[in-house]
Amino acid sequence: MIDGFIALYIFMLAAFTGYEVISRVPVILHTPLMSGSNFVHGIVLVGAMVALGAAAGPVEQVIGFIGVVLAAGNAVGGYVVTERMLEMFKTSGAKQGKAP
Amino acid sequence: MNPPFSPAVIDDLIQAAYFLAALFFILGLKRMSSPKGARVGIVWAGVGMLVATLITFLYPGMHNFGLMLAGILIGGIAAWWSGKRVAMTAMPQMVALYNGMGGGAAAAIAAAELLHSGELAPAAAVLATAGALIGAVSFSGSLIAFAKLQGLINKSLRFKGQQALNMLVFLAALVMGVLIIIGHATGPLDVALFFLLALIFGVLMTVPIGGADMPVVISLYNAFTGLAVAFEGFVLQNPAMIIAGTVVGSAGTLLTQLMAKAMNRSISNVLFSNFGETSAAGGEVSGNLKPIDAADAGVMMAYGSKVIVVPGYGMAVAQAQHKVWELAQLLQSRGVTVKFAIHPVAGRMPGHMNVLLAEAGVPYDIIADLEEINAEFVTADVALIIGANDVVNPDARNRKDSPIYGMPILDADKAKNVIVIKRGQGRGFSGIENALFYMDNTRMLYGDGQEAVARLIQGIKTLD
Repeated sequence: MIDGFIALYIFMLAAFTGYEVISRVPVILHTPLMSGSNFVHGIVLVGAMVALGAAAGPVEQVIGFIGVVLAAGNAVGGYVVTERMLEMFKTSGAKQGKAP
Repeated sequence: MNPPFSPAVIDDLIQAAYFLAALFFILGLKRMSSPKGARVGIVWAGVGMLVATLITFLYPGMHNFGLMLAGILIGGIAAWWSGKRVAMTAMPQMVALYNGMGGGAAAAIAAAELLHSGELAPAAAVLATAGALIGAVSFSGSLIAFAKLQGLINKSLRFKGQQALNMLVFLAALVMGVLIIIGHATGPLDVALFFLLALIFGVLMTVPIGGADMPVVISLYNAFTGLAVAFEGFVLQNPAMIIAGTVVGSAGTLLTQLMAKAMNRSISNVLFSNFGETSAAGGEVSGNLKPIDAADAGVMMAYGSKVIVVPGYGMAVAQAQHKVWELAQLLQSRGVTVKFAIHPVAGRMPGHMNVLLAEAGVPYDIIADLEEINAEFVTADVALIIGANDVVNPDARNRKDSPIYGMPILDADKAKNVIVIKRGQGRGFSGIENALFYMDNTRMLYGDGQEAVARLIQGIKTLD
């Protein structure tokens, strides 16, 4: 079980981790990184699945189903968009731009 | 549920998978913070997500698997399809949209848990309700941000007593939340009312904010969603959700601060100041707009020794980045030094311009940010402004009464000549006049970004 102070410790350490991981990011990567962190909270899909899995009546099923649809959209959309952005940050091998 | 494995083994498997997922998320984000490994970073995070999602199907005592698969397929395919085909310029609003969906999902989890009520311990009830409030606000707020950037909503709605109304709705939502937590209001209608109030607050909070401030707001809602996910993770006793959500919550908060700082404003200032309301405050500008034709502008650049290009949102809208790079290469082949100057908030998100220029193939080493380039404008023969406006407005330095006074700007006005490519004579996103356009050494080249740059290229090519 994760409760009380264990939860507080996790919150604190994870909060510092997030802060530290981001603090050395060049401006050039801000948009992809925002998109990447948007993808990471797509983990809410796991929670939505559990909520739907435990849903009893039709009301809970509808709510759980909406949750799963939205969460899947967050995860998949977040990945696709981030991947497309980062695709363009090829390493220095691709210095010469393609002639349009 | 799987005969060879005892429930204890399955539980260990699930916990191990969540541990791996959390680890991969952090490592992935870490890699995403440097240009070299960034591409690998998202793949790692993706692997973590896949592992966590697959293992969750083994969760003990679950049913509704059909609905679950259908939901994942519907949401996943719709997002895949929209994410793949959307134009690069529309990325910011897509981030807002997907972020809103995540907030909505967190709110839905909370709703399901609250309707189950009675089973929740006091701490869990508090966090579930707090997560519901934050998630719902992030959901409706992000949708409004999406609609604004997508151009579905053009006006920033402001009226008298708006702050008071927002406060009232927020307090009402808070009171409902407290009633739910202490168990006085746990019927479906009570919970529905609570969510309705939270959703309305998200809308009300976002409608008065101007489009230029949307990046900060989207970043803030991104942090909100992270926090909501972390809270719901606690309710569901899911460490992957707690860690991933908290990491995003704090990283998103820092990113929001960095963006607000780049505009020399605080987050509360962005949220509550009704920026741009005083559109007349820019005051009168003396002088007039002096047009130039593409051939003359081309000569000016081709025979200069240094050209600094300042791209803005207009370049993104016109999809002119490829043409701009073609122009830069043409100038380079004539021995002109070309640099790109990127303002931290040019476009609709920090790094928006970098993404577009990278797409066109512009190498990093000629792209400079504000601190690096500002001293160089004095040595430039031409500053070529493409669809940028407020970020080069010298009023931010000179006029104390200007709404953007104090915002760091690119000192394009210090270049020997300034050429501004602009669609028409309209104002920038903040709605104020730009003194740069009226300066003696400024010439206006009217036209759509892409087409105007094409004319410049034509003009320079005919010189040989």
